[in-house]
Amino acid sequence: MSIFVDQHTRLMVQGITGKEGQFHTRQCVAYGTRVVAGVTPGKAGQKMDDIPVFNTVRDARAATGANASMIFVPPPFAAEAIMEAADAGIEMIVAITEGIPVMDMMRVKNYLATKTSRLIGPNCPGIITPGSCKVGIMPGPIHKPGGPAGVVSRSGTLTYEVVHQLTRQGIGQTTCIGIGGDPVNGTNFIDCLAAFQADPETRGIVMVGEIGGSAEEDAAAFIAAHVTKPVVGFIAGLTAPPGRRMGHAGAIVSGGSGTAQGKIAAMKASGIHVCENLGALGEMCAAVFK
Amino acid sequence: MKIHEYQAKELFRTYDIPVPKGGVAFTSGEAEKAARDLGGFPVVVKAQIHAGGRGKGGGVKLARSAEEVVRLAGEILGMTLVTHQTGPEGRKVGKVLVEQGLDIVQELYLSIIPDRASASIVIMASAAGGMDIEEVAARTPEKIVKVPVNPLIGLQSYHGREVAFGLGLPGGAMKPFLAMLGRLYKLFVDYDCSLLEINPLVVTRDEKVIALDAKVNFDDNALFRHKDLLAYRDLAEENPLEIEASKFNLNYIALDGNVGNMVNGAGLAMATMDIIQQAGARPANFLDVGGGASAEMVENGFRIILSDKNVKGILINIFGGILRCDVLASGVVQAARQTGISVPVVVRMEGTNVEEGRRILAESGLNLITAVDLKDAAQKVAQIVA
Repeated sequence: MSIFVDQHTRLMVQGITGKEGQFHTRQCVAYGTRVVAGVTPGKAGQKMDDIPVFNTVRDARAATGANASMIFVPPPFAAEAIMEAADAGIEMIVAITEGIPVMDMMRVKNYLATKTSRLIGPNCPGIITPGSCKVGIMPGPIHKPGGPAGVVSRSGTLTYEVVHQLTRQGIGQTTCIGIGGDPVNGTNFIDCLAAFQADPETRGIVMVGEIGGSAEEDAAAFIAAHVTKPVVGFIAGLTAPPGRRMGHAGAIVSGGSGTAQGKIAAMKASGIHVCENLGALGEMCAAVFK
Repeated sequence: MKIHEYQAKELFRTYDIPVPKGGVAFTSGEAEKAARDLGGFPVVVKAQIHAGGRGKGGGVKLARSAEEVVRLAGEILGMTLVTHQTGPEGRKVGKVLVEQGLDIVQELYLSIIPDRASASIVIMASAAGGMDIEEVAARTPEKIVKVPVNPLIGLQSYHGREVAFGLGLPGGAMKPFLAMLGRLYKLFVDYDCSLLEINPLVVTRDEKVIALDAKVNFDDNALFRHKDLLAYRDLAEENPLEIEASKFNLNYIALDGNVGNMVNGAGLAMATMDIIQQAGARPANFLDVGGGASAEMVENGFRIILSDKNVKGILINIFGGILRCDVLASGVVQAARQTGISVPVVVRMEGTNVEEGRRILAESGLNLITAVDLKDAAQKVAQIVA
């Protein structure tokens, strides 16, 4: 079992003919993901390798039955690309693009509230069900199929670090999700925690957060009330100075709120096993999940 | 991106948002002229820096004569202003805003911010203007009116009424306040603001509503559609190394420790800073060279880290995923040769082709110390700078 993506995922790629789009589409295909279509306006009829390209998401969906989309469209047009996918009824939308204006994402989020589509990202590495389906830019080989750990994170390479440590401890993953480092995103910690709690194969959860906002505090409250599986947590940014954006648009301590210390305290109070030293996260998971 | 108060007020004027008459001055002579142009005293001399709390720090003064303007402007210009937002090192003042004094009967607080959790634009207002709003929020939250606006429908009249009645405005001020709020909201959306704050917003004896202060920040990710704002950038307000890094699209933030570090990815970079501190040393910077760092990025990163004279050791932490470790190792070696590295460098890399990468580093003949994992890396670099 897994959450959100599996062997039934039929993926289209918006922005498939760009440099990033091409490269990562090939990586996904090589991993075993069923990539059925690409979308680049004005390039209908062309092919990227064997994958047919369409002008619009609606055309691509009608012709191929795609039910998921991975978005590599540049920031000025990315919000529109998400809305186009949602409007065409795509169930799972994974937006990799970094640098979408907040105002655009606020409109997208309010629009998606009227739709059934699930958005992951933006500014994220994507989602992978190891051994089955990779929708994103994460390196496939560091993952280990079969569970028991579910991973959810706001980061990219930090997630790879965590997954690598799990794999080295012999702990496989059911699904790993990067929810993105932007202040306004689609799927949040709570959505993933609820799905992992409901997934029988997931027996433990790793949650990787960082400074900024209150998503980790909200997640901690949810865990206390609804999650019975063990959760190991990590928060990046203990040493981040206040008022500065630490690379991710959403990673900022403002006016004393959104601090790593506050998040760690909230997580501990909710019974989460908080790992304060990244170097020891794999070992801690091995001890907690055994 | 942050701008100065005088620039924010320029922007306000283009939206017909009432602000006091005033002019910016770089010398005390210019300040005197700006004061005389206002045609009367008292006037207010305000330090222009990218930080709040200027009044408490001694950067805002009332002047009753031209002579006083010259004296006060002379004192403020060139001073190092320390406020709760500047940090203990303070900020050097290079310009002042000289404004007419107003006959104020009420001071209010008004701000517009994007709320990340609800994806709405929130208007916050309080009758307790002129105070530190975070203090008001903590002590007397009932004194703050909060009205969320769904960006899909935009500001409606009822939103404005909720704010205005919540503030208990005097009757005559109601209409100008509502008109002003509409314009502020428009400016906020038009320019992709990440913060618009007026503290205080004042009601004058003749029931005019005027933005006595103006603080506006913009979403960096939206600057591509606001090229006109780039003229407002003030390099004197930024760290020189951060300016240099931004030229190469490197995400660099200067800190005050002595362990330079270079990492691919923002989350991992923060976690690396944390682990340096946990090992007993202090990070000199945050530097994210991007999820797929190239040799060129690594080289520029090296140069910038080494221009910080406090740096006594460097930790490179790269998780090679799509980008293989052997390619990265070659990049590090090439960059180290070209830059001429003067301090010990600990390299921790992990991921695809890591053995080959470590071999390249070991055989380079350079003073590169290989670490087996994160803990090991942090301990090694902490020992070097101890």
